[in-house]
Amino acid sequence: MPLIEIRDLHATVGGKPILKGLSLSIEPGEVHAIMGPNGSGKSTLSYVLSGRDGYEVTSGEVIYDGQDLLALEADERARAGVFLAFQYPVEIPGVAGTTFLRAAINAARKHRGESPLDAMQFLKFVREKASALNITDDMLRRPLNVGFSGGEKKRNEVLQMAVLEPKLAILDETDSGLDIDALKLVAEGVNSLRGPERSMLVITHYQRLLDYIVPDHVHILANGKIILSGDKSLALELEKKGYAEFVGEEAA
Amino acid sequence: MARTETPFADSFDAALMPGAAWVDSLRRAGFDSYKSLGLPTPRSEQWKYTNLRALNRIGFAPATDSALADIPEGIVPLEDAYVAVVLNGRFDAALSILGGLPKGAEVGSLADKVAQTPADLKDVFGSLADVEKLPLAALNTASMSDGLYVRLADGVVLDKPLHLVSIGSAGETPVRFNPRHLVVLGKGSIATLVESHVGRGEYFGNTVAEIAVGDGAVLNHYKLQNESTDAFHVAFTQVKLADRAVYDSFVLQVGGKLARNEIRAELGEHVECRVNGAYLARGEQHIDNTTFIDHAAPNSASHEVYKGVLDDSARGVFQGKILVRKDAQKTDGRQLNKTLLLAPGAEMDSKPELEIYADDVKCTHGATIGDLSEEAMFYLKARGIDARQAQAMLVAAFVGEAVTEIQAAGPREGFQAVVDAWLEAREET
Repeated sequence: MPLIEIRDLHATVGGKPILKGLSLSIEPGEVHAIMGPNGSGKSTLSYVLSGRDGYEVTSGEVIYDGQDLLALEADERARAGVFLAFQYPVEIPGVAGTTFLRAAINAARKHRGESPLDAMQFLKFVREKASALNITDDMLRRPLNVGFSGGEKKRNEVLQMAVLEPKLAILDETDSGLDIDALKLVAEGVNSLRGPERSMLVITHYQRLLDYIVPDHVHILANGKIILSGDKSLALELEKKGYAEFVGEEAA
Repeated sequence: MARTETPFADSFDAALMPGAAWVDSLRRAGFDSYKSLGLPTPRSEQWKYTNLRALNRIGFAPATDSALADIPEGIVPLEDAYVAVVLNGRFDAALSILGGLPKGAEVGSLADKVAQTPADLKDVFGSLADVEKLPLAALNTASMSDGLYVRLADGVVLDKPLHLVSIGSAGETPVRFNPRHLVVLGKGSIATLVESHVGRGEYFGNTVAEIAVGDGAVLNHYKLQNESTDAFHVAFTQVKLADRAVYDSFVLQVGGKLARNEIRAELGEHVECRVNGAYLARGEQHIDNTTFIDHAAPNSASHEVYKGVLDDSARGVFQGKILVRKDAQKTDGRQLNKTLLLAPGAEMDSKPELEIYADDVKCTHGATIGDLSEEAMFYLKARGIDARQAQAMLVAAFVGEAVTEIQAAGPREGFQAVVDAWLEAREET
């Protein structure tokens, strides 16, 4: 049974149709990449799946882990194991990274019927995962993402993913704004989280990220739907020929 | 022309604060001024957003001598402090804890001081609060009978915060009182003054504080307004900062039915003046913060951040004026007012005002009124934190940033605890 099955999804933003019949199915443990030009609907897909207000589904359905994903609030989806790694992680002044992370972990634990972690247990749990991502205690304590570089923000996203252990991770343009060293570090972090119980949807404009996070399947998104699917070689082909050729085929 | 109303001052009573003819004249001048100015109405620019009409409808009786067994809840928690209690406008020696003050520090009843050695007061008393222009300061001056008196000699360091606990206490009958405080810091002296305003029942407190901070002296001045839910709190503080003085002020308003806190600061040269605050209101509360920073001399800096959270049908007012006079070159004046509205019925009026006559200055101001950032809410929810908790975290962060403006660590923790209690009460409803 697939972990998530998206069937003929149509969605609008501000009344404007963006997704126009998108279908996609991801088995447990699989990594799928969605590639598409600007404006094809990549970010909209990530927000629709994670439940952001303002992204309205007009038809179609999404079955996640046997339930109707679209009927759940954003926080319920997160507790059910859907994780969105943001393209632009939000800066939140006044909220310490540790406070935020502990609240998130304890929300998930409560959902699973486990007792909350106290401050000591929490630090012990987080520190190890943080050090693997070169995230210092100081970074953890600072107000969430405030004044972080692009690379620090993305590493912080991967840390959140590591501690929340989602079933489905959606990585929205995780490579944007990263130099090659930061990209490698982030990709290593993501790869270490690959496993038979975890699926990933990697959304990207460029093939570059897929050199490091190698997908099982690649889909090309254009004008709100998937126009072509293949294995990782599709990404290389796309890189060589450019989007125009593929999107052009669809138009023709 | 509309009629001028002058409730609360039927006749002049010199016996309220006896001791010196010049004090009688001062009070008489206040009485005459109030009689001509009258209780402010929204026709006055200064009172456009805060209407005192409700005061006039309640038959407040002058508070008579009263006694309390203990201090009501809600004061700023402080580990270790001198405590000066003022009950219904009267200094209460029995409830005060003032033992062990350092040499050169005088703390006690203003009325006692007027009765015993009024000549000591003449340098400052009555010279700062402008009764000609400010009707409620005039009313206070006409009606004052007591309050706190503080004087530090040159170079004296007050080793612990002085906690002024001002209590309003009304039984069946609503009462009114006019506390009058006088704080004088000599050259190079250092003090932390914390005010807590609490009470029970329906009362109208109209406070005036005159504060003179001497050359190079440092005053940390933190006020909590946590009055009873039926209380009317009007307070006016006039601060005069001599050259090189440092003033760090924070006002947290959470209580009262209608509250107005007004601060006016006049800055000498090379002064650092920090005037910050927070206001948290719910239900039908009305909370007003009005400030006036008067840059009268060159090379001084003022920093002002006021942040508020309004829930239910609460109303907030911020009026912040910065005046930079012609001679006040190299002034650095900054002002910011931010308000979060948590309910559709909440309302905020924010009026920043810059008036600049010098040409070589840096002045900024800004005001925002809005609800919580949708982006931040979604980010927290996307990590599994439910909407209620996410909102609580963001509101706490918003207010917490204002509280961190308090420079003295002990009081800062105390004020944060009051903020936390307010936020928790919100969570429980």
